[in-house]
Amino acid sequence: MAKKDFELTWQEIPVGNIVLEPGNAAEYRTGDWRSQRPVVDRSKCVKCGICFSFCPEPCIVKDEEGYYEAELYYCKGCGICAYECPKGAITMVQEEH
Amino acid sequence: MARRVGAEGSFAVADAVRLADVDVVAAYPITPQTHVVERLSEMVAEGELNANYMYVESEHSAISACLGAAAVGARTFTSTAGQGLELMHEVLYLVSSMRLPVVMAVSDRALSGPLNVWGDHSDVMAVRDVGWIQYFVENAQEAHDLTLCAFRIAEDPHVLFPVMVHMDGFHVSHVVEPYFVFERDELGDFLPAPQYPYPLDPNRPVTMGAFGPPAVYAECRKAQDVAINRAYGKIVEVWEEFGRRFGRTYRPLETYKTEDAETVLVAIGSFNQMAAVAVDRVREKGRKVGLVRLRLWRPFPLQALREAVQNAREVIVFERAMTYGGSAGPLCTEVKSALYGLNTMPRVLNFIGGLGGRDMSVRHYEAMFDRAREIVDKGIELQYETIGVRG
Repeated sequence: MAKKDFELTWQEIPVGNIVLEPGNAAEYRTGDWRSQRPVVDRSKCVKCGICFSFCPEPCIVKDEEGYYEAELYYCKGCGICAYECPKGAITMVQEEH
Repeated sequence: MARRVGAEGSFAVADAVRLADVDVVAAYPITPQTHVVERLSEMVAEGELNANYMYVESEHSAISACLGAAAVGARTFTSTAGQGLELMHEVLYLVSSMRLPVVMAVSDRALSGPLNVWGDHSDVMAVRDVGWIQYFVENAQEAHDLTLCAFRIAEDPHVLFPVMVHMDGFHVSHVVEPYFVFERDELGDFLPAPQYPYPLDPNRPVTMGAFGPPAVYAECRKAQDVAINRAYGKIVEVWEEFGRRFGRTYRPLETYKTEDAETVLVAIGSFNQMAAVAVDRVREKGRKVGLVRLRLWRPFPLQALREAVQNAREVIVFERAMTYGGSAGPLCTEVKSALYGLNTMPRVLNFIGGLGGRDMSVRHYEAMFDRAREIVDKGIELQYETIGVRG
């Protein structure tokens, strides 16, 4: 895997700042933009997948039991999942710094 | 062999673009650049040039189209002036940071307001920091030769920067002069086919123009700055090779009678031809004066300028642009910065004139040398002075 952007020296910047590795946006951590993270109350969750559909990142994935969880490497903490959840099963919790 | 023709500077540029066999021209006509693209449009229509001529709706679109064309590896040309260059402004930075070898001829023109379509260097100075290689031509022959060289420099794998060729609006763009126009076979392998190293290609995908967050923006900018300074050597090399092959050599700056000069005038653009006549006349009166004709503007020929003026007592900087509320005109600011710190630093005097197409004659330059003497002898404190202005 190529170096992360914050590891590159100026001598290592490709000519024209082009990105030579296709699809490497997947490595870009947007999770560190987050101030709140979604927490799912499984006793209320009906596995409808509305959070999955609305997540703009999209970072919500289905686990083996059919529940939906946000991948925190990417989750920006926007809270759309919590707003859209028809059962009120998702709560946004302040991240501790 | 080369044919000697009589035509405008604009046609000399168009002839060079035809000889470069460009793939794409995207441009929007604007005075005093119109004849460049009018002639190119005619060449494409007549089959003299096999290129895609894109009739765009603005200069912003023109330079954007050029950016896209250069990104797929096409040899690309555009041309504009004054307000048109300003409308291109934000895209100019993208072309240079993406290292796309677009060539552009600019018929330098005053910026509004008041509305003025005539020549000066307001537009040049407004795009000083866009990251392009920029140089000046003083007549039709230079316009022809150095537009050809621009493609060679821009596309060199050790350069890969867009190049702006500046010619004075009307005084070069519209003046009919004799010049030698090359025949294609005469050029030989001087200008090989473009080989952009990372063209957009579905079989070799790359991302161009990606964003650069705080984690990497500064490294990108540093890399670009180092690269344009390194291009200096290649620019000199290409001009020297041109001289060896075709007999006309160009340098980052040209000196005229500076060897023993106590007073050296530094200026850019076609008015230098009048300044040279003034140097001769002032010398006839027994004063040791000389002229530095600055050709390369970016990257700035720092060392060459220092060497050219280091023995002078005064340096006069004449320029056709203002920095409103600044300490001096933009060229003078650059010259002062270049000379600051020399052991024996000459006094630098700044005159601003020739704005918005106002003519400068030989006697204006003679008066400038006289006024410089007066300023120095009387110990007048002065940041800059406008000349040829009523009142």
